[in-house]
Amino acid sequence: MNDSRPGAADEELAMAGTLAEKVWDAHLVRQGTDGAPDLLYIDLHLVHEVTSPQAFEGLRLAGRPVRRPDLTIATEDHNTPTLDIDLPIADPTSRTQIDTLRNNAAEFGVRIHSLGDADQGIVHQVGPQLGLTMPGLTVVCGDSHTSTHGAFGALAFGIGTSEVEHVLATQTLPLAPFKTMAITVNGDLPPGTTSKDIILAIIAKIGTGGGQGYVLEYRGEAIRQLSMEARMTICNMSIEAGARAGMIAPDETTFEYLEGRPHAPEGEDWDAAVEYWSTLRSDDDAEFDAEVVLEAADLEPFVTWGTNPGQGLPLSASVPVPAEIAEEGERVAAERSLEYMGLEPGTPLRDIAVDTVFIGSCTNGRIEDLRSVAKVLQGRTKADDVRVLVVPASARVRLQAEAEGLDVVFKDFGAEWRNAGCSMCLGMNPDQLQPGERAASTSNRNFEGRQGKGGRTHLVSPLVAAATAVRGTLSSVADLDLGEDVDLTTFDGSPLAPLNAPSFV
Amino acid sequence: MEKIVTHTGVGVPLRRSNVDTDQIIPAVYLKRVTRTGFEDALFAAWRGDESFVLNQDAYRNGSVLVAGPDFGTGSSREHAVWALKDYGFRVVLASRFADIFRGNSGKQGLVAGMVDQDDIELLWKILETKPGTEVTVDLEQRTVHADDVTVPFQIDDYTRWRLMEGLDDIGLTLQHEEDISAYEASRSSWRPTTLPAKHLPKVEIEPARPVA
Repeated sequence: MNDSRPGAADEELAMAGTLAEKVWDAHLVRQGTDGAPDLLYIDLHLVHEVTSPQAFEGLRLAGRPVRRPDLTIATEDHNTPTLDIDLPIADPTSRTQIDTLRNNAAEFGVRIHSLGDADQGIVHQVGPQLGLTMPGLTVVCGDSHTSTHGAFGALAFGIGTSEVEHVLATQTLPLAPFKTMAITVNGDLPPGTTSKDIILAIIAKIGTGGGQGYVLEYRGEAIRQLSMEARMTICNMSIEAGARAGMIAPDETTFEYLEGRPHAPEGEDWDAAVEYWSTLRSDDDAEFDAEVVLEAADLEPFVTWGTNPGQGLPLSASVPVPAEIAEEGERVAAERSLEYMGLEPGTPLRDIAVDTVFIGSCTNGRIEDLRSVAKVLQGRTKADDVRVLVVPASARVRLQAEAEGLDVVFKDFGAEWRNAGCSMCLGMNPDQLQPGERAASTSNRNFEGRQGKGGRTHLVSPLVAAATAVRGTLSSVADLDLGEDVDLTTFDGSPLAPLNAPSFV
Repeated sequence: MEKIVTHTGVGVPLRRSNVDTDQIIPAVYLKRVTRTGFEDALFAAWRGDESFVLNQDAYRNGSVLVAGPDFGTGSSREHAVWALKDYGFRVVLASRFADIFRGNSGKQGLVAGMVDQDDIELLWKILETKPGTEVTVDLEQRTVHADDVTVPFQIDDYTRWRLMEGLDDIGLTLQHEEDISAYEASRSSWRPTTLPAKHLPKVEIEPARPVA
């Protein structure tokens, strides 16, 4: 099927423009005319159990095969329990969805990594860790957090069930071009501040609808300094700003992450790929439809106080006073949010006590997140009455964490160490908040009822989650009694001790 | 999608306006994993009522629904169209449709034809006085024929063309199959494939257990 040349026609089309436009142009099967959409080729289709059943059913009804099973991969994540994974799934609806995916994968010849398999996990961790997610690809999945894969310089976005069927059948999608927005983060991040704080600050600045219709390209010194995993956290939450996708131009960090992974190109292919990937950046004279600039030095740990990801503030602030909000729509929204969240206006955010700390999800359940958390928790015990859940994004992340002894740190601290999955990020599996229960969560959505009916969510970084688990109230590492000798800059995702073997999660 | 140029079937008079998608299919049925088998969910709240039109033998096997104005308002659920089709309906006639419902219908091969309310009344009269009367819908002529009456209906040109050609979005894209194949032939070899599957060695995953 593939041209035998390592670098073929598709990338020779690259012309002046933004990163997003270059990737778009390289995937044009047909240019739309007279207002008709472009037809775009899809390089990688990720599938999970929730949004795929009706799509497969549609294929079956029409007698269509999956056009490219070799560009498709499925995993189980949303409905999967994180305890007793060897037992039958208790909830019959969840079990049916999982069984349906397994049957569909078998019938249509799609690769699947099921619960209990070492490569099972959240779809947005599985793609990157296998080396399937690469710069310059188009990546889709019936899941809004597909934007995660944009961290590699791929054009990656979530799609609906009808589109899932369309991609399964044709490996293409008819799409109208997106607009482009440059988000530049200058300078260096202060210690104790992470990429999660960058993206929460961006969403608070542009709003949950600020990115509508746009592909966001994150750039600037602060972004360049981030590891691949930290970049994934940022791109992951692009959707919370309403954007179709988020992207970061690939560089040495990207190539280093990819090299040696199971599906990474090898030999001549690797050289050709890196040569092409190196061209994937917005040209200096490229024009964006919108631009936003942030100074990293101004950032500090960010937390949300309300019921959408844009309702966030620096941890040093206080719960907003709705009466002081001039714009009526925002004021009413704030009042409603505070009522749901059970918060008094004017309360310092640091005084808010939580019942649960959730560390995990496709946003912050990766090995670097777990290492950073372990560094904070090591030698400490959790606050009384706080439940702490640590849930790796994938089974491989769990294995790696155990190889590094992180699980022991978590258990000694008093945390629960779980199997991989979406877990408490969304109320589709047994891990849920009880009505009125309050959580500091490293996940991505603080919508009403998102983590369980009546549950109250504060979105935080892994470092804030860890410090909060120690103190019982929303906290940053600066609130901990860290010894003089503790280097705050080491919360960078590096291992606690030198590794015996390279980590590929 | 099956081509539909003309369709003849028993007409069902539904003398209600503003039939919203919650009435067509309640939310409780949306948890299902299938795209078929929604026939029992169609008009679920009304099906328990013996006098409901679909519970009458003459109309039970109907395939042309003649409804009041503003059919299909409310949520965007594609399940509403699936339920109508699964029950056996191929055509819905009304004087006005909700936009999203009409769009979903076109995607799924259900004809949503707009007929003047006066003509709807005429059709209702025929279908009610002679239960079981067959209605013929002709997309070519854009006419509805029942008993000795023929009335016009409206449908946009693009949707009509797609229905008559039996083209869903996927079908339309597959018309460009050659372009897709040509594109595929030019893809560079470094681009990843998921098969054959590559991964680190398989390892036993130990189940986490609840803490006491």
